[in-house]
Amino acid sequence: MAEKVISARDLSLTFDTGDSPVHALSKVNLEIGKGEFVSFIGPSGCGKTTFLRVIADLEQPTSGEIEVNGMTPQEAREKRAYGYVFQAAALYPWRTIEKNVALPLEIMGYSRAERNERVARTLELVNLTGFEKKYPWQLSGGMQQRASIARALAFDADLLLMDEPFGALDEIVRDHLNEQLLELWKRTDKTICFVTHSIPEAVYLSTRIVVMSPRPGRVTDVIESTLPRERPLEIRESAEFLAIAHRVREGLRAGHSYDE
Amino acid sequence: MSGLRGFVADRLLPVGTIVLVLLALWYVFAYVMNAPFQRDLDRRAGVTRTQSEFIAATMSQPKPTMPAPHQVAQTLWKNVFLLKPWSKRSLVYHSGVTLASTLLGFLMGTVLGVVIAVGIVHVPSLERSFLPWIIASQTIPVLAIAPMIIVVLASIGVTGLLPKALISTYLSFFPVAVGMVKGLRSPEVMHLDLMHTYSASKAQTFFRLRLPASVPFFFTSIKVAVAASLVGAIVGELPTGAVAGIGSRLLAGSYYSQTIDIWAALIAASVVAVLLVVSVDIIGRVVNAAMGGRPA
Repeated sequence: MAEKVISARDLSLTFDTGDSPVHALSKVNLEIGKGEFVSFIGPSGCGKTTFLRVIADLEQPTSGEIEVNGMTPQEAREKRAYGYVFQAAALYPWRTIEKNVALPLEIMGYSRAERNERVARTLELVNLTGFEKKYPWQLSGGMQQRASIARALAFDADLLLMDEPFGALDEIVRDHLNEQLLELWKRTDKTICFVTHSIPEAVYLSTRIVVMSPRPGRVTDVIESTLPRERPLEIRESAEFLAIAHRVREGLRAGHSYDE
Repeated sequence: MSGLRGFVADRLLPVGTIVLVLLALWYVFAYVMNAPFQRDLDRRAGVTRTQSEFIAATMSQPKPTMPAPHQVAQTLWKNVFLLKPWSKRSLVYHSGVTLASTLLGFLMGTVLGVVIAVGIVHVPSLERSFLPWIIASQTIPVLAIAPMIIVVLASIGVTGLLPKALISTYLSFFPVAVGMVKGLRSPEVMHLDLMHTYSASKAQTFFRLRLPASVPFFFTSIKVAVAASLVGAIVGELPTGAVAGIGSRLLAGSYYSQTIDIWAALIAASVVAVLLVVSVDIIGRVVNAAMGGRPA
Protein backbone atom coordinates (compact mmCIF):
# COMPACT_ATOMS: atom_id res chain seq x y z
CA MET A 1 0.00 0.00 0.00
CA ALA A 2 1.09 3.53 -0.65
CA GLU A 3 1.89 6.03 2.08
CA LYS A 4 -0.58 5.71 4.97
CA VAL A 5 -2.88 8.66 5.57
CA ILE A 6 -5.10 7.15 8.22
CA SER A 7 -4.45 4.19 10.44
CA ALA A 8 -6.77 3.10 13.23
CA ARG A 9 -5.93 0.32 15.67
CA ASP A 10 -8.56 -1.10 18.01
CA LEU A 11 -10.33 2.21 17.92
CA SER A 12 -13.36 2.40 20.23
CA LEU A 13 -15.67 5.21 21.17
CA THR A 14 -18.46 4.99 23.72
CA PHE A 15 -20.97 7.76 24.32
CA ASP A 16 -22.28 8.05 27.86
CA THR A 17 -25.95 8.84 27.48
CA GLY A 18 -27.17 8.54 31.04
CA ASP A 19 -28.95 5.20 31.24
CA SER A 20 -26.99 2.95 28.85
CA PRO A 21 -23.69 3.66 27.10
CA VAL A 22 -23.78 3.69 23.29
CA HIS A 23 -20.92 1.85 21.62
CA ALA A 24 -20.55 4.02 18.54
CA LEU A 25 -17.26 2.40 17.53
CA SER A 26 -15.91 -0.91 18.71
CA LYS A 27 -12.39 -2.09 17.94
CA VAL A 28 -12.12 -0.60 14.49
CA ASN A 29 -8.95 -1.48 12.58
CA LEU A 30 -8.44 0.28 9.29
CA GLU A 31 -5.68 1.72 7.17
CA ILE A 32 -6.24 4.15 4.36
CA GLY A 33 -3.49 4.90 1.87
CA LYS A 34 -2.73 8.08 -0.01
CA GLY A 35 -4.91 8.70 -3.04
CA GLU A 36 -7.59 6.18 -2.06
CA PHE A 37 -11.30 6.86 -2.30
CA VAL A 38 -12.82 5.00 0.63
CA SER A 39 -16.56 4.84 1.24
CA PHE A 40 -18.10 4.02 4.57
CA ILE A 41 -21.49 2.43 4.27
CA GLY A 42 -23.92 1.05 6.81
CA PRO A 43 -27.25 1.68 8.50
CA SER A 44 -27.65 4.63 10.84
CA GLY A 45 -25.92 4.14 14.16
CA CYS A 46 -23.13 2.03 12.69
CA GLY A 47 -20.53 4.66 13.56
CA LYS A 48 -19.55 5.71 10.04
CA THR A 49 -20.04 9.39 10.75
CA THR A 50 -18.46 9.00 14.19
CA PHE A 51 -15.35 7.47 12.59
CA LEU A 52 -15.08 10.41 10.24
CA ARG A 53 -15.51 12.81 13.14
CA VAL A 54 -12.76 11.04 15.09
CA ILE A 55 -10.42 11.52 12.13
CA ALA A 56 -11.40 15.19 12.09
CA ASP A 57 -10.83 15.55 15.87
CA LEU A 58 -14.49 16.43 16.33
CA GLU A 59 -14.92 13.42 18.65
CA GLN A 60 -12.45 11.86 21.06
CA PRO A 61 -11.97 8.07 20.98
CA THR A 62 -12.44 6.21 24.26
CA SER A 63 -9.66 3.73 23.58
CA GLY A 64 -7.38 2.53 20.80
CA GLU A 65 -5.15 4.50 18.51
CA ILE A 66 -5.67 6.62 15.46
CA GLU A 67 -3.15 8.45 13.35
CA VAL A 68 -3.78 10.97 10.60
CA ASN A 69 -0.71 11.60 8.45
CA GLY A 70 1.29 9.96 11.23
CA MET A 71 0.04 12.45 13.81
CA THR A 72 -2.78 12.56 16.32
CA PRO A 73 -6.04 13.89 14.88
CA GLN A 74 -5.59 17.08 16.89
CA GLU A 75 -2.13 17.75 15.48
CA ALA A 76 -3.42 16.97 12.00
CA ARG A 77 -6.31 19.35 12.47
CA GLU A 78 -4.00 22.09 13.71
CA LYS A 79 -1.85 21.51 10.62
CA ARG A 80 -5.03 21.88 8.54
CA ALA A 81 -4.54 18.42 7.07
CA TYR A 82 -8.11 17.86 5.93
CA GLY A 83 -11.17 19.53 4.48
CA TYR A 84 -14.53 18.48 5.89
CA VAL A 85 -17.81 18.45 3.97
CA PHE A 86 -20.88 18.13 6.16
CA GLN A 87 -24.26 16.58 5.47
CA ALA A 88 -25.68 20.03 4.83
CA ALA A 89 -23.80 22.71 2.93
CA ALA A 90 -23.40 24.72 6.16
CA LEU A 91 -22.65 27.90 4.26
CA TYR A 92 -22.80 31.08 6.32
CA PRO A 93 -25.94 32.86 5.10
CA TRP A 94 -24.46 36.35 5.52
CA ARG A 95 -21.52 35.58 3.23
CA THR A 96 -21.60 35.44 -0.54
CA ILE A 97 -20.43 32.24 -2.21
CA GLU A 98 -16.93 33.62 -2.77
CA LYS A 99 -16.73 34.88 0.80
CA ASN A 100 -17.86 31.47 2.06
CA VAL A 101 -15.15 29.74 0.07
CA ALA A 102 -12.67 32.32 1.31
CA LEU A 103 -13.62 31.71 4.97
CA PRO A 104 -11.01 29.02 5.72
CA LEU A 105 -8.43 31.05 3.80
CA GLU A 106 -9.14 34.12 5.95
CA ILE A 107 -8.82 32.05 9.10
CA MET A 108 -5.60 30.47 7.93
CA GLY A 109 -4.15 33.86 7.10
CA TYR A 110 -3.80 33.76 3.32
CA SER A 111 -3.17 37.10 1.64
CA ARG A 112 -6.00 38.79 -0.22
CA ALA A 113 -4.45 38.10 -3.62
CA GLU A 114 -3.87 34.45 -2.77
CA ARG A 115 -7.44 34.20 -1.48
CA ASN A 116 -8.92 35.63 -4.65
CA GLU A 117 -6.83 33.33 -6.80
CA ARG A 118 -7.78 30.22 -4.81
CA VAL A 119 -11.46 31.10 -4.63
CA ALA A 120 -11.59 31.56 -8.40
CA ARG A 121 -9.73 28.30 -8.97
CA THR A 122 -11.83 26.14 -6.62
CA LEU A 123 -15.11 27.63 -7.77
CA GLU A 124 -14.11 26.73 -11.30
CA LEU A 125 -13.28 23.22 -10.12
CA VAL A 126 -16.86 22.73 -8.91
CA ASN A 127 -18.39 24.59 -11.88
CA LEU A 128 -19.64 27.56 -9.91
CA THR A 129 -17.86 30.30 -11.82
CA GLY A 130 -20.26 33.21 -12.23
CA PHE A 131 -21.98 32.68 -8.88
CA GLU A 132 -19.31 34.40 -6.77
CA LYS A 133 -21.53 37.27 -5.66
CA LYS A 134 -24.64 35.23 -4.94
CA TYR A 135 -25.81 34.50 -1.43
CA PRO A 136 -26.41 30.86 -0.46
CA TRP A 137 -30.21 31.17 -0.49
CA GLN A 138 -30.05 32.23 -4.13
CA LEU A 139 -28.54 28.85 -5.10
CA SER A 140 -30.12 25.40 -5.41
CA GLY A 141 -29.29 22.71 -2.86
CA GLY A 142 -26.88 20.98 -5.24
CA MET A 143 -25.05 24.22 -5.99
CA GLN A 144 -24.81 25.00 -2.29
CA GLN A 145 -23.26 21.61 -1.65
CA ARG A 146 -20.80 22.20 -4.50
CA ALA A 147 -19.87 25.52 -2.90
CA SER A 148 -19.22 23.72 0.37
CA ILE A 149 -16.96 21.27 -1.46
CA ALA A 150 -15.11 24.21 -2.99
CA ARG A 151 -14.68 25.60 0.51
CA ALA A 152 -13.18 22.30 1.69
CA LEU A 153 -10.83 22.26 -1.31
CA ALA A 154 -9.76 25.88 -1.12
CA PHE A 155 -6.83 25.40 1.25
CA ASP A 156 -5.43 22.37 -0.58
CA ALA A 157 -5.66 19.78 2.15
CA ASP A 158 -4.67 16.36 0.81
CA LEU A 159 -7.43 14.65 2.72
CA LEU A 160 -11.11 15.23 2.06
CA LEU A 161 -13.64 13.98 4.64
CA MET A 162 -17.18 13.90 3.29
CA ASP A 163 -20.11 13.04 5.54
CA GLU A 164 -23.09 12.09 3.35
CA PRO A 165 -22.60 15.24 1.34
CA PHE A 166 -25.23 14.36 -1.25
CA GLY A 167 -27.69 12.67 1.10
CA ALA A 168 -30.26 15.45 0.93
CA LEU A 169 -30.17 15.86 -2.85
CA ASP A 170 -32.35 14.23 -5.47
CA GLU A 171 -31.07 11.36 -7.57
CA ILE A 172 -30.39 13.32 -10.76
CA VAL A 173 -28.36 16.00 -9.01
CA ARG A 174 -26.60 13.33 -6.99
CA ASP A 175 -25.53 11.40 -10.13
CA HIS A 176 -24.19 14.57 -11.61
CA LEU A 177 -22.25 15.50 -8.48
CA ASN A 178 -20.89 11.96 -8.17
CA GLU A 179 -19.45 12.23 -11.68
CA GLN A 180 -17.97 15.61 -10.87
CA LEU A 181 -16.50 14.35 -7.63
CA LEU A 182 -14.79 11.44 -9.39
CA GLU A 183 -13.44 13.84 -11.96
CA LEU A 184 -12.12 16.08 -9.21
CA TRP A 185 -10.54 13.17 -7.35
CA LYS A 186 -8.75 12.04 -10.51
CA ARG A 187 -7.47 15.52 -11.19
CA THR A 188 -6.33 16.41 -7.68
CA ASP A 189 -5.17 13.01 -6.42
CA LYS A 190 -6.61 13.62 -2.97
CA THR A 191 -7.46 10.96 -0.41
CA ILE A 192 -11.20 10.92 0.11
CA CYS A 193 -13.19 9.38 2.95
CA PHE A 194 -16.84 9.36 1.99
CA VAL A 195 -19.74 8.41 4.22
CA THR A 196 -22.92 7.29 2.48
CA HIS A 197 -25.92 5.07 2.88
CA SER A 198 -26.36 4.51 -0.84
CA ILE A 199 -24.90 1.29 -2.23
CA PRO A 200 -24.69 2.48 -5.88
CA GLU A 201 -23.00 5.69 -4.76
CA ALA A 202 -20.43 3.80 -2.70
CA VAL A 203 -19.67 1.31 -5.48
CA TYR A 204 -19.53 3.94 -8.20
CA LEU A 205 -17.12 6.22 -6.36
CA SER A 206 -14.82 4.07 -4.30
CA THR A 207 -11.59 2.19 -4.61
CA ARG A 208 -12.50 0.54 -1.32
CA ILE A 209 -15.81 0.13 0.47
CA VAL A 210 -15.92 -0.25 4.24
CA VAL A 211 -19.14 -1.96 5.34
CA MET A 212 -20.15 -1.18 8.91
CA SER A 213 -22.89 -2.40 11.21
CA PRO A 214 -24.44 -0.96 14.38
CA ARG A 215 -24.67 -1.89 18.08
CA PRO A 216 -21.75 -1.90 18.55
CA GLY A 217 -20.55 0.15 15.60
CA ARG A 218 -17.93 -1.94 13.83
CA VAL A 219 -16.38 -2.80 10.47
CA THR A 220 -17.88 -6.01 9.11
CA ASP A 221 -16.33 -6.10 5.64
CA VAL A 222 -13.83 -4.22 3.52
CA ILE A 223 -14.37 -4.61 -0.20
CA GLU A 224 -11.69 -3.74 -2.76
CA SER A 225 -13.25 -2.41 -5.92
CA THR A 226 -12.13 -3.99 -9.15
CA LEU A 227 -13.58 -1.20 -11.25
CA PRO A 228 -11.16 0.86 -13.34
CA ARG A 229 -10.30 4.43 -12.34
CA GLU A 230 -12.09 5.68 -15.43
CA ARG A 231 -15.80 5.31 -14.64
CA PRO A 232 -18.51 6.57 -16.93
CA LEU A 233 -22.02 6.59 -15.42
CA GLU A 234 -22.94 3.59 -17.61
CA ILE A 235 -20.50 1.43 -15.65
CA ARG A 236 -23.28 1.09 -13.12
CA GLU A 237 -25.08 -1.35 -15.43
CA SER A 238 -22.03 -3.57 -15.91
CA ALA A 239 -21.90 -7.06 -14.40
CA GLU A 240 -18.76 -6.16 -12.46
CA PHE A 241 -20.48 -3.18 -10.83
CA LEU A 242 -23.51 -5.26 -9.91
CA ALA A 243 -21.31 -7.99 -8.45
CA ILE A 244 -19.61 -5.52 -6.13
CA ALA A 245 -22.95 -3.95 -5.20
CA HIS A 246 -24.24 -7.43 -4.43
CA ARG A 247 -21.32 -8.09 -2.13
CA VAL A 248 -21.89 -4.81 -0.31
CA ARG A 249 -25.55 -5.69 0.12
CA GLU A 250 -24.65 -9.13 1.47
CA GLY A 251 -22.24 -7.52 3.90
CA LEU A 252 -24.89 -5.08 5.12
CA ARG A 253 -27.39 -7.91 5.53
CA ALA A 254 -24.91 -10.03 7.48
CA GLY A 255 -24.30 -7.12 9.83
CA HIS A 256 -27.99 -6.69 10.38
CA SER A 257 -28.83 -10.34 11.12
CA TYR A 258 -26.62 -9.95 14.18
CA ASP A 259 -29.15 -7.55 15.62
CA GLU A 260 -32.40 -8.93 16.94
CA MET B 1 -48.27 43.47 -3.10
CA SER B 2 -45.97 46.34 -3.63
CA GLY B 3 -45.83 50.08 -4.07
CA LEU B 4 -48.34 52.64 -2.93
CA ARG B 5 -51.40 50.47 -3.44
CA GLY B 6 -49.84 47.69 -1.38
CA PHE B 7 -48.97 50.16 1.36
CA VAL B 8 -52.52 51.50 1.47
CA ALA B 9 -54.11 48.05 1.55
CA ASP B 10 -51.61 46.38 3.88
CA ARG B 11 -50.78 49.12 6.32
CA LEU B 12 -52.78 52.31 6.04
CA LEU B 13 -56.24 50.77 5.89
CA PRO B 14 -56.03 48.43 8.91
CA VAL B 15 -54.04 50.87 11.05
CA GLY B 16 -56.20 53.82 10.00
CA THR B 17 -59.38 51.94 10.87
CA ILE B 18 -58.14 51.24 14.38
CA VAL B 19 -57.11 54.88 14.80
CA LEU B 20 -60.59 56.05 13.78
CA VAL B 21 -62.26 53.59 16.14
CA LEU B 22 -60.01 54.73 19.00
CA LEU B 23 -60.71 58.40 18.27
CA ALA B 24 -64.45 57.77 18.28
CA LEU B 25 -64.18 55.89 21.58
CA TRP B 26 -62.05 58.72 22.96
CA TYR B 27 -64.77 61.28 22.17
CA VAL B 28 -67.41 59.08 23.79
CA PHE B 29 -65.31 58.74 26.93
CA ALA B 30 -64.51 62.46 26.99
CA TYR B 31 -68.25 63.17 26.96
CA VAL B 32 -69.10 60.56 29.59
CA MET B 33 -66.32 61.65 31.94
CA ASN B 34 -66.70 65.41 31.58
CA ALA B 35 -70.51 65.46 31.61
CA PRO B 36 -71.06 65.31 35.43
CA PHE B 37 -68.77 68.30 36.05
CA GLN B 38 -70.30 70.26 33.18
CA ARG B 39 -73.83 69.52 34.48
CA ASP B 40 -72.79 70.70 37.95
CA LEU B 41 -71.21 73.84 36.50
CA ASP B 42 -74.27 74.67 34.40
CA ARG B 43 -76.65 74.12 37.30
CA ARG B 44 -74.71 76.50 39.54
CA ALA B 45 -74.46 79.12 36.83
CA GLY B 46 -78.13 78.63 35.96
CA VAL B 47 -77.37 77.95 32.33
CA THR B 48 -79.63 75.81 30.22
CA ARG B 49 -78.23 74.31 27.04
CA THR B 50 -79.53 72.16 24.25
CA GLN B 51 -78.11 68.66 24.04
CA SER B 52 -75.67 69.60 21.24
CA GLU B 53 -74.51 72.71 23.11
CA PHE B 54 -73.99 70.58 26.19
CA ILE B 55 -71.91 68.06 24.27
CA ALA B 56 -69.81 70.86 22.81
CA ALA B 57 -69.29 72.31 26.31
CA THR B 58 -67.98 68.98 27.63
CA MET B 59 -65.41 69.07 24.87
CA SER B 60 -64.07 72.54 25.61
CA GLN B 61 -63.43 72.66 29.34
CA PRO B 62 -60.09 74.29 30.26
CA LYS B 63 -59.18 71.54 32.73
CA PRO B 64 -61.27 68.54 31.71
CA THR B 65 -61.15 65.16 33.46
CA MET B 66 -60.66 63.71 30.00
CA PRO B 67 -59.62 66.16 27.28
CA ALA B 68 -61.15 65.60 23.87
CA PRO B 69 -58.78 64.64 21.03
CA HIS B 70 -59.08 68.01 19.29
CA GLN B 71 -58.13 69.86 22.51
CA VAL B 72 -55.01 67.72 22.81
CA ALA B 73 -54.30 68.25 19.13
CA GLN B 74 -54.59 72.02 19.49
CA THR B 75 -52.23 72.12 22.46
CA LEU B 76 -49.87 69.78 20.69
CA TRP B 77 -49.92 71.96 17.58
CA LYS B 78 -49.25 75.10 19.61
CA ASN B 79 -46.50 73.55 21.74
CA VAL B 80 -44.77 71.85 18.87
CA PHE B 81 -45.12 74.14 15.88
CA LEU B 82 -46.05 77.62 17.08
CA LEU B 83 -43.53 78.03 19.87
CA LYS B 84 -39.83 78.41 19.19
CA PRO B 85 -38.14 75.02 19.65
CA TRP B 86 -35.85 76.40 22.38
CA SER B 87 -38.71 77.91 24.35
CA LYS B 88 -39.18 76.33 27.80
CA ARG B 89 -42.80 75.62 26.93
CA SER B 90 -42.10 73.98 23.60
CA LEU B 91 -42.66 70.24 23.51
CA VAL B 92 -39.91 70.01 20.92
CA TYR B 93 -37.48 71.35 23.51
CA HIS B 94 -38.67 68.93 26.17
CA SER B 95 -38.73 65.99 23.77
CA GLY B 96 -35.18 66.88 22.78
CA VAL B 97 -34.06 66.85 26.42
CA THR B 98 -35.66 63.45 26.97
CA LEU B 99 -34.34 62.13 23.67
CA ALA B 100 -30.78 63.09 24.59
CA SER B 101 -30.78 61.11 27.82
CA THR B 102 -32.70 58.28 26.15
CA LEU B 103 -30.06 57.94 23.44
CA LEU B 104 -27.13 58.22 25.82
CA GLY B 105 -28.68 55.66 28.18
CA PHE B 106 -29.60 53.41 25.28
CA LEU B 107 -26.07 53.53 23.94
CA MET B 108 -24.54 52.73 27.32
CA GLY B 109 -27.13 50.03 27.95
CA THR B 110 -26.48 48.42 24.58
CA VAL B 111 -22.72 48.39 25.10
CA LEU B 112 -23.15 47.05 28.63
CA GLY B 113 -25.60 44.39 27.48
CA VAL B 114 -23.32 43.22 24.68
CA VAL B 115 -20.30 43.11 27.00
CA ILE B 116 -22.23 41.08 29.57
CA ALA B 117 -23.48 38.70 26.87
CA VAL B 118 -19.99 38.19 25.45
CA GLY B 119 -18.74 37.47 28.96
CA ILE B 120 -21.52 35.02 29.72
CA VAL B 121 -21.06 33.15 26.45
CA HIS B 122 -17.28 32.81 26.87
CA VAL B 123 -16.89 32.36 30.62
CA PRO B 124 -19.19 29.59 31.89
CA SER B 125 -18.83 30.58 35.55
CA LEU B 126 -20.13 34.07 34.75
CA GLU B 127 -23.44 32.62 33.69
CA ARG B 128 -23.95 30.95 37.06
CA SER B 129 -22.60 33.81 39.17
CA PHE B 130 -23.82 36.80 37.21
CA LEU B 131 -27.07 35.90 35.51
CA PRO B 132 -29.17 35.56 38.70
CA TRP B 133 -28.12 39.08 39.71
CA ILE B 134 -28.98 40.47 36.32
CA ILE B 135 -32.43 38.93 36.48
CA ALA B 136 -32.88 40.10 40.08
CA SER B 137 -31.93 43.64 39.06
CA GLN B 138 -34.93 43.75 36.76
CA THR B 139 -37.38 42.72 39.46
CA ILE B 140 -36.72 45.95 41.39
CA PRO B 141 -39.31 48.52 40.31
CA VAL B 142 -37.61 51.29 38.38
CA LEU B 143 -39.77 53.83 40.21
CA ALA B 144 -38.08 52.77 43.44
CA ILE B 145 -34.55 52.85 42.20
CA ALA B 146 -34.71 55.95 39.98
CA PRO B 147 -34.94 58.56 42.76
CA MET B 148 -32.09 56.85 44.61
CA ILE B 149 -29.80 57.06 41.62
CA ILE B 150 -30.72 60.72 41.11
CA VAL B 151 -30.25 61.59 44.80
CA VAL B 152 -27.03 59.63 45.29
CA LEU B 153 -25.46 61.03 42.13
CA ALA B 154 -26.61 64.57 42.93
CA SER B 155 -24.95 64.32 46.34
CA ILE B 156 -21.61 63.62 44.68
CA GLY B 157 -22.19 66.44 42.24
CA VAL B 158 -23.33 64.51 39.18
CA THR B 159 -26.51 66.06 37.79
CA GLY B 160 -28.11 66.68 34.44
CA LEU B 161 -28.00 64.21 31.62
CA LEU B 162 -25.95 61.39 33.12
CA PRO B 163 -28.15 60.32 36.06
CA LYS B 164 -31.21 60.12 33.81
CA ALA B 165 -29.21 58.25 31.19
CA LEU B 166 -28.10 55.77 33.85
CA ILE B 167 -31.72 54.92 34.59
CA SER B 168 -32.22 54.29 30.87
CA THR B 169 -29.10 52.14 30.90
CA TYR B 170 -30.48 50.20 33.85
CA LEU B 171 -33.63 49.38 31.91
CA SER B 172 -32.09 48.82 28.49
CA PHE B 173 -29.06 46.63 29.16
CA PHE B 174 -31.20 43.69 30.21
CA PRO B 175 -33.05 42.92 26.96
CA VAL B 176 -29.78 43.41 25.05
CA ALA B 177 -27.84 41.06 27.35
CA VAL B 178 -30.49 38.35 27.20
CA GLY B 179 -31.00 38.68 23.45
CA MET B 180 -27.29 38.69 22.71
CA VAL B 181 -26.59 35.63 24.87
CA LYS B 182 -29.18 33.86 22.76
CA GLY B 183 -27.81 35.36 19.55
CA LEU B 184 -24.17 34.53 20.25
CA ARG B 185 -25.23 30.97 21.00
CA SER B 186 -27.45 30.72 17.92
CA PRO B 187 -24.91 29.26 15.43
CA GLU B 188 -25.71 25.70 14.46
CA VAL B 189 -23.45 22.90 15.70
CA MET B 190 -22.36 22.30 12.12
CA HIS B 191 -21.25 25.91 11.70
CA LEU B 192 -19.26 25.68 14.92
CA ASP B 193 -17.77 22.31 13.94
CA LEU B 194 -16.68 23.88 10.68
CA MET B 195 -14.69 26.51 12.60
CA HIS B 196 -13.20 23.71 14.70
CA THR B 197 -12.01 21.85 11.59
CA TYR B 198 -10.19 25.03 10.53
CA SER B 199 -8.58 25.25 13.98
CA ALA B 200 -10.02 28.73 14.25
CA SER B 201 -9.19 30.71 17.37
CA LYS B 202 -11.90 31.81 19.78
CA ALA B 203 -11.62 35.35 18.46
CA GLN B 204 -11.94 34.21 14.85
CA THR B 205 -14.98 32.11 15.72
CA PHE B 206 -16.45 35.09 17.54
CA PHE B 207 -15.99 37.67 14.83
CA ARG B 208 -16.65 35.44 11.83
CA LEU B 209 -19.46 33.31 13.20
CA ARG B 210 -21.00 34.22 16.55
CA LEU B 211 -21.21 37.96 15.99
CA PRO B 212 -22.76 37.92 12.50
CA ALA B 213 -25.14 35.15 13.58
CA SER B 214 -26.32 37.29 16.49
CA VAL B 215 -27.22 40.34 14.39
CA PRO B 216 -30.95 39.55 13.98
CA PHE B 217 -31.17 38.91 17.74
CA PHE B 218 -29.36 42.19 18.35
CA PHE B 219 -31.88 44.25 16.43
CA THR B 220 -34.84 42.50 18.03
CA SER B 221 -33.47 43.23 21.49
CA ILE B 222 -32.41 46.83 20.90
CA LYS B 223 -35.91 47.55 19.62
CA VAL B 224 -37.16 46.61 23.08
CA ALA B 225 -34.21 48.37 24.72
CA VAL B 226 -34.76 51.70 22.99
CA ALA B 227 -38.39 51.82 24.12
CA ALA B 228 -37.32 50.88 27.66
CA SER B 229 -34.69 53.63 27.55
CA LEU B 230 -37.35 56.21 26.82
CA VAL B 231 -39.42 55.02 29.78
CA GLY B 232 -36.27 55.19 31.91
CA ALA B 233 -35.50 58.73 30.82
CA ILE B 234 -39.04 59.93 31.52
CA VAL B 235 -39.09 58.23 34.93
CA GLY B 236 -35.67 59.77 35.61
CA GLU B 237 -37.08 63.23 34.95
CA LEU B 238 -39.81 62.90 37.55
CA PRO B 239 -37.65 63.24 40.69
CA THR B 240 -35.36 65.93 39.25
CA GLY B 241 -37.80 68.58 40.42
CA ALA B 242 -39.39 69.03 37.02
CA VAL B 243 -36.70 71.02 35.28
CA ALA B 244 -37.01 69.84 31.73
CA GLY B 245 -38.04 66.89 29.63
CA ILE B 246 -41.26 65.09 28.88
CA GLY B 247 -41.28 63.65 32.40
CA SER B 248 -41.17 67.12 33.89
CA ARG B 249 -44.06 68.22 31.68
CA LEU B 250 -46.09 65.25 32.93
CA LEU B 251 -45.26 66.16 36.52
CA ALA B 252 -46.00 69.88 36.08
CA GLY B 253 -49.24 69.03 34.33
CA SER B 254 -50.37 66.85 37.21
CA TYR B 255 -49.41 69.50 39.82
CA TYR B 256 -51.63 72.10 38.18
CA SER B 257 -54.33 69.74 36.85
CA GLN B 258 -53.44 70.71 33.31
CA THR B 259 -54.85 67.52 31.89
CA ILE B 260 -54.58 68.72 28.32
CA ASP B 261 -50.86 69.36 28.77
CA ILE B 262 -50.39 65.89 30.28
CA TRP B 263 -52.08 64.29 27.31
CA ALA B 264 -50.09 66.41 24.88
CA ALA B 265 -46.86 65.36 26.61
CA LEU B 266 -47.99 61.74 26.51
CA ILE B 267 -48.62 61.96 22.78
CA ALA B 268 -45.22 63.62 22.33
CA ALA B 269 -43.63 60.75 24.28
CA SER B 270 -45.31 58.13 22.12
CA VAL B 271 -44.33 59.97 18.94
CA VAL B 272 -40.71 59.93 20.14
CA ALA B 273 -41.05 56.23 20.99
CA VAL B 274 -42.42 55.44 17.54
CA LEU B 275 -39.63 57.43 15.88
CA LEU B 276 -37.01 55.58 17.91
CA VAL B 277 -38.42 52.12 17.25
CA VAL B 278 -38.95 52.85 13.55
CA SER B 279 -35.38 54.17 13.20
CA VAL B 280 -34.00 51.02 14.82
CA ASP B 281 -36.20 48.94 12.55
CA ILE B 282 -35.00 50.75 9.42
CA ILE B 283 -31.34 50.37 10.43
CA GLY B 284 -32.04 46.69 11.11
CA ARG B 285 -33.51 46.24 7.63
CA VAL B 286 -30.59 48.00 5.98
CA VAL B 287 -28.08 45.85 7.87
CA ASN B 288 -30.07 42.70 7.08
CA ALA B 289 -30.05 43.56 3.38
CA ALA B 290 -26.32 44.29 3.49
CA MET B 291 -25.78 40.87 5.05
CA GLY B 292 -27.50 39.13 2.17
CA GLY B 293 -30.81 38.66 3.93
CA ARG B 294 -33.63 37.35 1.83
CA PRO B 295 -35.91 40.32 1.11
CA ALA B 296 -39.10 39.86 3.10
